[in-house]
Amino acid sequence: MTPSNPKAPTENPPVGMTETGKPTPPILLFWREFRRNRIATVALGITILLAFVALFAPFVAPQDPYNLQTLSLMDARRPPGHVGSGGYVHILGTDAQGRDLLSAILYGLRISIQISLAAGFIALTIGATIGVLAAYIGGWVETVLMRMVDLQLSFPAILLALVLSALLGQGKAQLITALVAAQYAYFARTAYGAATAERRKDYIEAALATPLSARRVIFRHLLPNCAPPLIVVATVQIASSISLEATLSFLGLGLPVTEPSLGMLIANGFQYMMSGRYWLSVYPGLMLILLIMAINIVGDQIRDQLNPRLRR
Amino acid sequence: MLAFIIQRALQAALVMVVMSMIVFLGVYAVGNPVDIVIPPDATIAMREEVIRRLGLDLPLWKQYGIFAWNLLQGDFGRSFIYNMPVLELIGGRLPATLELVLISILFATVTGVSLGIYAGVNPESRIAKLIMGLSILGFSVPSFWVGLILILTFAVHFGIFPAGGRGETVMVFGVEWSFLTANGLSHIVLPALNLALFKMAMMIRLARAGTREAMLSDTVKFARAAGISEATILRRHVLKLISIPIITVFGLELGSTLAFAVVTETIFSWPGVGKLIIDSITVLDRPVMVAYLVLTAFVFVMINFTVDLVFALIDPRIRSGRQKS
Amino acid sequence: MSPVLEVRDLRTEFFTAAGTLRAVNDVSFSLNEGEIIGLVGESGSGKSVTGFSLLGLIDAPGKITGGSVRLKGDELVGMAQPDLRRRRGRDIAMIFQDPIATLNPLLTIGQQMEMALAAHERLSPRASEDRCAEALERVGIPSARARLKAYPHEFSGGMRQRVAISIALLHRPAVIVADEPTTALDVSIQAQIVTEMKMLAREFGVAMIWISHDLAVVSGIAQRIAVMYAGRIVETGPAAQVLRQPRHPYTRGLLDSMPHATAPGQALRQIPGSMPSMMALPPGCAFAPRCAFASPACTSVPELTEAAGRSWRCFHPLDQPAQEGITS
Repeated sequence: MTPSNPKAPTENPPVGMTETGKPTPPILLFWREFRRNRIATVALGITILLAFVALFAPFVAPQDPYNLQTLSLMDARRPPGHVGSGGYVHILGTDAQGRDLLSAILYGLRISIQISLAAGFIALTIGATIGVLAAYIGGWVETVLMRMVDLQLSFPAILLALVLSALLGQGKAQLITALVAAQYAYFARTAYGAATAERRKDYIEAALATPLSARRVIFRHLLPNCAPPLIVVATVQIASSISLEATLSFLGLGLPVTEPSLGMLIANGFQYMMSGRYWLSVYPGLMLILLIMAINIVGDQIRDQLNPRLRR
Repeated sequence: MLAFIIQRALQAALVMVVMSMIVFLGVYAVGNPVDIVIPPDATIAMREEVIRRLGLDLPLWKQYGIFAWNLLQGDFGRSFIYNMPVLELIGGRLPATLELVLISILFATVTGVSLGIYAGVNPESRIAKLIMGLSILGFSVPSFWVGLILILTFAVHFGIFPAGGRGETVMVFGVEWSFLTANGLSHIVLPALNLALFKMAMMIRLARAGTREAMLSDTVKFARAAGISEATILRRHVLKLISIPIITVFGLELGSTLAFAVVTETIFSWPGVGKLIIDSITVLDRPVMVAYLVLTAFVFVMINFTVDLVFALIDPRIRSGRQKS
Repeated sequence: MSPVLEVRDLRTEFFTAAGTLRAVNDVSFSLNEGEIIGLVGESGSGKSVTGFSLLGLIDAPGKITGGSVRLKGDELVGMAQPDLRRRRGRDIAMIFQDPIATLNPLLTIGQQMEMALAAHERLSPRASEDRCAEALERVGIPSARARLKAYPHEFSGGMRQRVAISIALLHRPAVIVADEPTTALDVSIQAQIVTEMKMLAREFGVAMIWISHDLAVVSGIAQRIAVMYAGRIVETGPAAQVLRQPRHPYTRGLLDSMPHATAPGQALRQIPGSMPSMMALPPGCAFAPRCAFASPACTSVPELTEAAGRSWRCFHPLDQPAQEGITS
């Protein structure tokens, strides 16, 4: 018997490796652990489903809410279940212009997701660049950049977005600019935190001592280590920018009326609420919550899985 | 300790200077305020005259100098719309906002921290899971929508609380307060609840995470091994250990609650500063916007400064100049 | 003389999502007044969990599922938590590895000591302060009364551990469980603390369970040694004898892998393989897969063999002395 060959199967192999030596892709391990949380898995399903529905809204929605020809004021503000002049049932009722509310919600969802994804992606790019550069270059560049970021973080995002969108005016590009300005700092902070922690480690010092190019050190070593916390922040920020966009639109500062996002649908319905026509505001709101909650739960689970301190 | 205070005070002053520059550039230098002040059919000579009178022909740094000098003297200019000194305008609205913000953040902190500690101590219990579910909900639901639902439920459907306005007020120390009269109090319940929910969700998560970590720490194990009761451990060790992140967030959230009051005040027609700023933004009343932003920045800086001081009082390691690693 | 602490067939299990883990498996030993026993094993062998089990400090999903722990004649297993709490700190205390983690950074040493004191005694603030200062003095902290107002970060590592020790000694317990108390300290400080704890144990007649992965440290303080592997005690005996002539192949392996068991320049002799996962223990002797002497008999659990004050769980006990004895 060879004593060097343990027969005992190991239930807890080190992450990414099995005892037999064949590496399991980390993403697969991650997914296995993720799947164990049933609520998070359902939330992920909902997120994907909503994303698809939004993407294919023109094919899924019963009506094109932007096509004014199909609208009739006869159908305005009808309760859920009303059969409109278009000949089909308005499952969720109609809004003040006689639009099918379900269709309006699906198109609104599309706009909300579009805007928040675009804003999130741009903010991520700008923020991560600032954070990693500050950590890499160090010195006064680091001080100035991070002081600015801290300064901005101490200021509530909603105020910044509010003032910016008021100054820039209505429109998609303006709204995205306002959201990016309000959010890039969170990414910068996170990337900076992860990158400095990593930079202090010996292997980066070692990599810097070799004639490797700066770009290689940044892209091969620093950035990959910032990815996990950035992913977590990205999910949280996308959820919060959906909410922020809705809030701005509700206050009348976001998008023009011609392209109603979920927030604007709610705002439009608000005035009819007192007279009991609740559905105009309630259903778009429920869709909004469903989306934000699903993203938040997914983000929560990812964060828990990436947090080594909660591992046992 | 004194060196620490001076250092932080200097930092705060620097931040204020930078903030005032940003606000100035952001609001005054973008767009052309002349167009708002003069009629579109004015002659070029009239236009020149107004530009000179407003100091817009001066180089930018001089304009900022005048602006900053006026600020220091408490002159925030006059509102285009209300045609009264901005400071007076904001000062008149401030008590309404302050009482709303303070009541809701105190409520959010007390209930949020208690629920969070409970959920952290018994993470597997059903009540803890319920608490966490509620906190995710509170975190995800946009606060303006909660406001709508609160109105729909409690004002429209049940008719228990009024849907908007401030109700009766009473003069104390020369200022009107709502929460001291029964009618005023009934008006403040819904907006305060609306404003509090998000903060409460945040406090719950913070307190729970902190408690969970503290309960697993060697400090708590050692205290248990010494025979100290769970109640004492919670009261003296855990509460103290989680206080630092909670105070940080309390400070930061005090500011952001002030900002979110904008939304709540709009929904509940609460006549505070938030409603004023939204109205000013929609009509581009620049002096009001500038004053609001500068004052908010000032409040923020003061809050951060205070939080730093409180930290130093709680954490001996910071007091003695050693930063936490 | 009856022992102050008697542990019989103690069993502690963790019920995790991935399966049941038996961290402490039929552990038995006893401790006389003032006696120091060294509990030795690799990390994950269950020695710390044994320590926590003695104080009844096993958190969910863990649970003591069997056996008995008698402290001064009273059964602790199954005792209600409030009663158990009254014994902790007073009759049985514990010290941990890292004093910076055990002391609360936000409270003064005095506040923490008074809290531990108030857990079992009602004293006036004055008397309480006297007791704390006295306790600090006893562990060799100079100007003790003034130091009561200091915070943990104002002490050095060794001094912090002394504070923790003085807290454990406050009520003069019969037994102290010391879980790797010197591992986080500098080597020179380690020796000091070991010597002092030995003296304190003798002075107060405190019995001690010294948990460590380091045979060298244990050999310097313990009268008896118990070696743990995968949740079981595989060998016990008087320290000098166990070190000079180990009976269990695992003990032998531990001794051989110590640096000074090897001639300079030679590679350290490691025990081949690694400890099996506690979730999936091999049937029979858990050490068998790594053991050079393993035979088909080893697929069943060996009974405890006792002889001349020593005991071991092995079908193939060794009888030749280890290569080079460690003299304490």
